[in-house]
Amino acid sequence: MSSTIVVAYDGSDSAERAMAFAVERAKAIGGSILVAHVLEWSPYSFLTAEELEERHIRRKEEMARAKEVLVEPELAKLASSGVPVSSDIRYGHVAETIIKIAEESAAVQIVIGRQGQGSFAARFFGSTAGTLVQTCPVPLTIVP
Amino acid sequence: MKDLSRKLALPAAAAALFATPALSQSLDETINTAFAASTGWFVSLIFAPIPGTSFPWIVAWLVVGASIFSIYFSFVQFRVLGHSIALVKGDYSDPNDAGEVSHFQALATALSGTVGLGNIAGVAVAVGIGGPGATFWMILAGLLGMASKFTECTLAVKYRNEYEDGRVSGGPMYYMTKGFKIRGKPGGKILAIVFAVFTILGSFGGGNMFQANQAHAQLTNVFGDFPGFITGLVFAAIVFAVIVGGIKSIAQVTEKVVPFMGVLYVGTALIILLINMDKIGWAFGQIFEGAFTGLGVAGGLAGALIQGFKRAAFSNEAGVGSAAIAHSAVRTKEPITEGFVALLEPFIDTVVICTMTALVIIITGQLMVDPATGLYIVGESGAIQTVDGNSGVALTSAAFSQSIPFFRYILVVAVILFAFSTMISWSYYGLKAWTFLFGEGKTTELVFKLIFCFFVIVGAAASLGPVIDFSDAAIFAMAVCNISALYVLMPIVKAEMDSYLSRLKSGEIRKFA
Repeated sequence: MSSTIVVAYDGSDSAERAMAFAVERAKAIGGSILVAHVLEWSPYSFLTAEELEERHIRRKEEMARAKEVLVEPELAKLASSGVPVSSDIRYGHVAETIIKIAEESAAVQIVIGRQGQGSFAARFFGSTAGTLVQTCPVPLTIVP
Repeated sequence: MKDLSRKLALPAAAAALFATPALSQSLDETINTAFAASTGWFVSLIFAPIPGTSFPWIVAWLVVGASIFSIYFSFVQFRVLGHSIALVKGDYSDPNDAGEVSHFQALATALSGTVGLGNIAGVAVAVGIGGPGATFWMILAGLLGMASKFTECTLAVKYRNEYEDGRVSGGPMYYMTKGFKIRGKPGGKILAIVFAVFTILGSFGGGNMFQANQAHAQLTNVFGDFPGFITGLVFAAIVFAVIVGGIKSIAQVTEKVVPFMGVLYVGTALIILLINMDKIGWAFGQIFEGAFTGLGVAGGLAGALIQGFKRAAFSNEAGVGSAAIAHSAVRTKEPITEGFVALLEPFIDTVVICTMTALVIIITGQLMVDPATGLYIVGESGAIQTVDGNSGVALTSAAFSQSIPFFRYILVVAVILFAFSTMISWSYYGLKAWTFLFGEGKTTELVFKLIFCFFVIVGAAASLGPVIDFSDAAIFAMAVCNISALYVLMPIVKAEMDSYLSRLKSGEIRKFA
């Protein structure tokens, strides 16, 4: 069983740097990479009746888009590095879900970029990296 | 207040547009007369008294229905409350379903359709005619109605349509057609068609005109008088932008603001109750005494009961079948769980919010009592005389602003937002009924949406009497079809409930960590 490193990936520049760092680490320890992408979602948000009706189909579309546009190109890129890779796309609170993915895959480490997308809102509500610093159960590396 | 109205843009612009007030006033009157004349027969049919009494058969129909469901399901509404709350919190939701419609979301959307002016204006009508005793019957109707809501929402999820592209459509129309077939009973399709017709009428009435009407009443009450069709035009334009123009952001903003408005409304009511804390005991005394004696209101005990049950049904729509349409979108493997969640709706709507409104009106002494007899003074119209002669939303407004005058402005915002969100919800319910009848398609949907906008204007321009009569009649007509169907289908719900509860007890169904 190789040591898994979970990389929180959202396609941003800083996520790319985090990925590069994680690949080096994985090579060094002979481990594998798990590309984790989380779609921000709260079961306590308010939707209109029309949104309720279309929710299931929108979810499928969003998942497919995340897979095709973000995750699969990244996996293709990583294939050349020789490091074993896998991926996981989920809905939920970003920091909490990343931790859950790490726990389920028995990851040895989480790597995340310092600044993901939508940093403006993060200034008010706290960033994902900031939340992970406080709650992460495994070693965490934040790549600037 | 008259001074303030001159400074406000809306009436000023209106005055500029319609330079001759006489002309615009007469337009309101024309709309009103034409409307009353064309709907009168329907209203008298629905509210016909049981022969030999003055008791409308439709009220008995609702009470009997809710009582039968309560007994048949062994008062499920009190047995599962804790589990209902756990379901809403998401304790039993599969984490792999994240991103799908949650129980909370289905409940919140259904609530924003039901929490509307029924809670603010409707309660004022009930207490204004039926006296404080109406509150008692209203609460009782709310508690019993939880069982009706439970039944209809379980069925709506169980028999919804799931299309290939992943959309879902549910509601009484679907459980009537599918459920009757499964039980081998004829007439499901016809019942569904009749129900759909009444749903369309209901979406024009209680879900639309009543809301526009009372929103306008509250605007004139605070900012001074101006013609109703102007409020109607503004509202219609915004509704048009949302449902025809597809500007979803307006509806999304409303959906997000309305829950906070609800909390603010209850909070405001609580503050008023705290200020008048010494009178709360007295108010409950009035409610209980009035419930069984009537305290001199028109029709006595029966008068209080009729008003209480009518307004409760109008407000929480239990047994009507409307909210079942919104609830049906939830993602769950167990239809019964949505029933458990849905039964919270009449509780929040009626037992909590409506009771708040009633208590505020009673406690602030809006209803005039004859000092000699201790009974309420009943005016010529059959309504209790109020301090300023107010009725409907104006009565609630007077009660709210009596302790703290500023509260009337909170109420204006609440009224407009509640009215708007209820209209958007009902435009969706109506549309679902419309497409059930005429099929889906851009043109047929547009026709419905345009008629819907037209009725916004009519509702704001017509006077309260005819509008409230028609709104009630249409909504109760839905209940006639829906409760009939629920009687036929309730064994299915019972089987689901028994199976689920036994699996819950045995530990087969458990919380996700």
